[in-house]
Amino acid sequence: MSTVETAETAPEPASKIELPAHLGGGGEIPTFDVTLRVRRYNPEVSEESTWEDFTMTMYGTDRVLDALHKVKWEQDGSLTFRRSCAHGVCGSDAMRINGRNRLACKTLLKDLDTTKPITVEPIKGLPVEKDLIVDMEPFFQSFREVMPFLVNRGHEPAKERLQSAEQRERFDDTTKCILCAACTSSCPVFWTDGQYFGPAAIVNAHRFIFDSRDDAGDMRLEILNDKEGVWRCRTTFNCTEACPRGIQITQAIAEVKQAILARQL
Amino acid sequence: MQVHKYDVVIVGAGGAGMRAAIESGQRAHTAVLTKLYPTRSHTGAAQGGMCAALANVEEDNWEWHTFDTVKGGDYLVDQDAAEVMAKEAIEAVIDLEKMGLPFNRTPEGRIDQRRFGGHTRDHGKAPVRRACYAADRTGHMILQTLYQNCVKHNVEFYNEYYVLDLLTVEEEVTREDGTVYLQKKTAGVVSYDLATGELHVFQAKSVILATGGAGKVFKTTSNAHTLTGDGMGIAFRKGIPLEDMEFFQFHPTGLAGLGILLSEAARGEGAILRNSEGERFMERYAPTIKDLAPRDIVARSMANEVREGRGCGPNKDYVLLDLTHLEPAHIDAKLPDITEFARTYLGVEPYTEPVPVFPTAHYAMGGVPTNINTEVLQDNDTVIPGLYAAGEVACVSVHGSNRLGTNSLLDINVFGKRAGVAAAKYALSADFVELPENPEADTVALLDHVRTSDGGEKVALIRKDLQDTMDANMQVFRTAESLNQVLADIATFEERYSRITVQDKGKRFNLDLLEAVELGFLLELAKVMTVAALHRKESRGGHYREDFPDRDDENFMKHSMAYLDTDVTAENSEESIAGIRLGTKPVVFTRYQPMVRKY
Repeated sequence: MSTVETAETAPEPASKIELPAHLGGGGEIPTFDVTLRVRRYNPEVSEESTWEDFTMTMYGTDRVLDALHKVKWEQDGSLTFRRSCAHGVCGSDAMRINGRNRLACKTLLKDLDTTKPITVEPIKGLPVEKDLIVDMEPFFQSFREVMPFLVNRGHEPAKERLQSAEQRERFDDTTKCILCAACTSSCPVFWTDGQYFGPAAIVNAHRFIFDSRDDAGDMRLEILNDKEGVWRCRTTFNCTEACPRGIQITQAIAEVKQAILARQL
Repeated sequence: MQVHKYDVVIVGAGGAGMRAAIESGQRAHTAVLTKLYPTRSHTGAAQGGMCAALANVEEDNWEWHTFDTVKGGDYLVDQDAAEVMAKEAIEAVIDLEKMGLPFNRTPEGRIDQRRFGGHTRDHGKAPVRRACYAADRTGHMILQTLYQNCVKHNVEFYNEYYVLDLLTVEEEVTREDGTVYLQKKTAGVVSYDLATGELHVFQAKSVILATGGAGKVFKTTSNAHTLTGDGMGIAFRKGIPLEDMEFFQFHPTGLAGLGILLSEAARGEGAILRNSEGERFMERYAPTIKDLAPRDIVARSMANEVREGRGCGPNKDYVLLDLTHLEPAHIDAKLPDITEFARTYLGVEPYTEPVPVFPTAHYAMGGVPTNINTEVLQDNDTVIPGLYAAGEVACVSVHGSNRLGTNSLLDINVFGKRAGVAAAKYALSADFVELPENPEADTVALLDHVRTSDGGEKVALIRKDLQDTMDANMQVFRTAESLNQVLADIATFEERYSRITVQDKGKRFNLDLLEAVELGFLLELAKVMTVAALHRKESRGGHYREDFPDRDDENFMKHSMAYLDTDVTAENSEESIAGIRLGTKPVVFTRYQPMVRKY
């Protein structure tokens, strides 16, 4: 007797269900007034940076990025900041909001204290170019130095290389990095020592060191064992708190440290 | 002004641009110009997967994939191109794996595969597991992996360089039959350095356009703020046609009111759509594959539910995506990012509550016409030597009138690679075309106008008005009346655009200035889309005319080709409306004859 083959094992959902009454019935979206206090800097105008306040009415679903856009589009077109995807995947709009590094597009205004001005500043430790824009080149330089690419010296199979689900899981967390620099620019060691690789570069080294398909782990560990490498990390956890992707960065750095020690034994 | 010289210049550093750069950079002197940083491009927002008939988890083959692509595109797909894409898909996935892409794995350690809308076994019999994926961040992994490999191969990037003009020269050529035509040739590009405000001319033997889409013509869109169709715009202004621009894909599941994408992978993993009565309404519209019908059908069905009063919420203006019957652990493993979007932006917990969704403008099926070797065409069949296009900016056409989910990540990899190889090969055998005199003149004039115009009109307000009328009149349902309304509106926007005032007058990082330039592209492209939509008096794939609800193969089984009509004295006519002249181009058939499209 043949049986019907089904690709899915999950049961078929019901054709019709009773929806709870509240569903979607949120009513009017609340509005409120908010003041952004933005750190302005434009060397074409002045060498000094200044604070400037902008007040506007916003909605409960709005994010800090929406408020910045409202300023730029309605009040002051010269306000300058980077952004692209506007939902937390491209990494363009990391900035210091109320003293904490966040993505402006992932920070809802209603989650901040809107009774006081919301301060918005460029991320720290990288040269400011104009308003909220910093020079990202030193950040990407560190990234490039850790060999952030798969190196495989084995013979190339005709099809894919095999990797177990467990091996794949081993480095899953650090594949989430979007290179926004929120972590690196929250690190006090990076602020005072511009030579330190910084957390993001180490995260991206980790992503390959623990990938079962990679053969260059020793070389990366050698690079990170440098005096400006992982040992400068003082485990303050700023990076982990700042990461908009929820990567356990401090743990990743600790794992790299352990890997260096294990190799030396 | 500085002049640079490269064999190959690639415009855009998303998936297509970087895939091309990996090939071209190893063969020829190559530069990549991007208006962002490489990993900021919108490829990174793609979620669900990339289809290839690896047959790792069940029987599959590339011919089935070709058929699905053709049928999904409502038979407007060029079948030779679809065949190339489906065949080379397998190598494209293996290439990415070898570059290090962390695909999800099967218990045997192979690349895992899952279902996706419109992808079926044996010509529509049942959904098939064809999408290779990395959780719901496949595009992120592709973008990162390609950038990592660009670093590995020392690809030269010019970051935050906006390309504002394509440099071409024209030569009279006599055909065999004695007729004469103007042959375009590629000389390079003009770009604007955001940091300094300086212009840089890049002379190049080959130029690859890989600038992505133009979703910002709409208000509700999954697209990034930066997707303003610059590549399509600069080509169009140089007399290069745009193909099939009336076909724009509305992705069914955008977060209601926001447009942020929730991947079709949610439905691939078992999520379903419900209306205000709790009904799984796709059972009525596509009885066989239901919620996994192609996007145009699902989007239209959703809009129809709302129109007929079965929408949810206080304004009854969205439907619900229900994942509540799925195991939370399964959701966490397969759909972590999109469930976080629902929590962050709508405050909805997908484990226990259905998520409000509505169609969101997602993808331009049309674009700069190319052949299967990614060479850009100046008419139906004349190649422009040295000019290439790949990805969303291009129209090969593998997507026809409606793209299947996952086929865009595939498109950028297959045709990005082809473009990189072809552009380098051409550059190594060709000479530089001499730059036109004052190559930067048009760009200087454009920027001077935008900088000095002082009529008080705000760029953001014109853009908002454009997006509003496009959402109201050019979305999933269209009529002659609604389309004429858009054209009338755009005429007033163009007049207002001539009177804009840009506040920022500086040189450094003047994004105010560039938003004004981008609006110019948006206005032009919205007009092209609408004129093409007005001409196509039928309904096919993503283009639905309520006044012509049926597909009309006899009159419209052909691509549309929109040209800038420089003859401003011409009256509006059947072929030329609002300064745009419409032509057609035959569809390439190889093995499939058009059938009624049912799922």
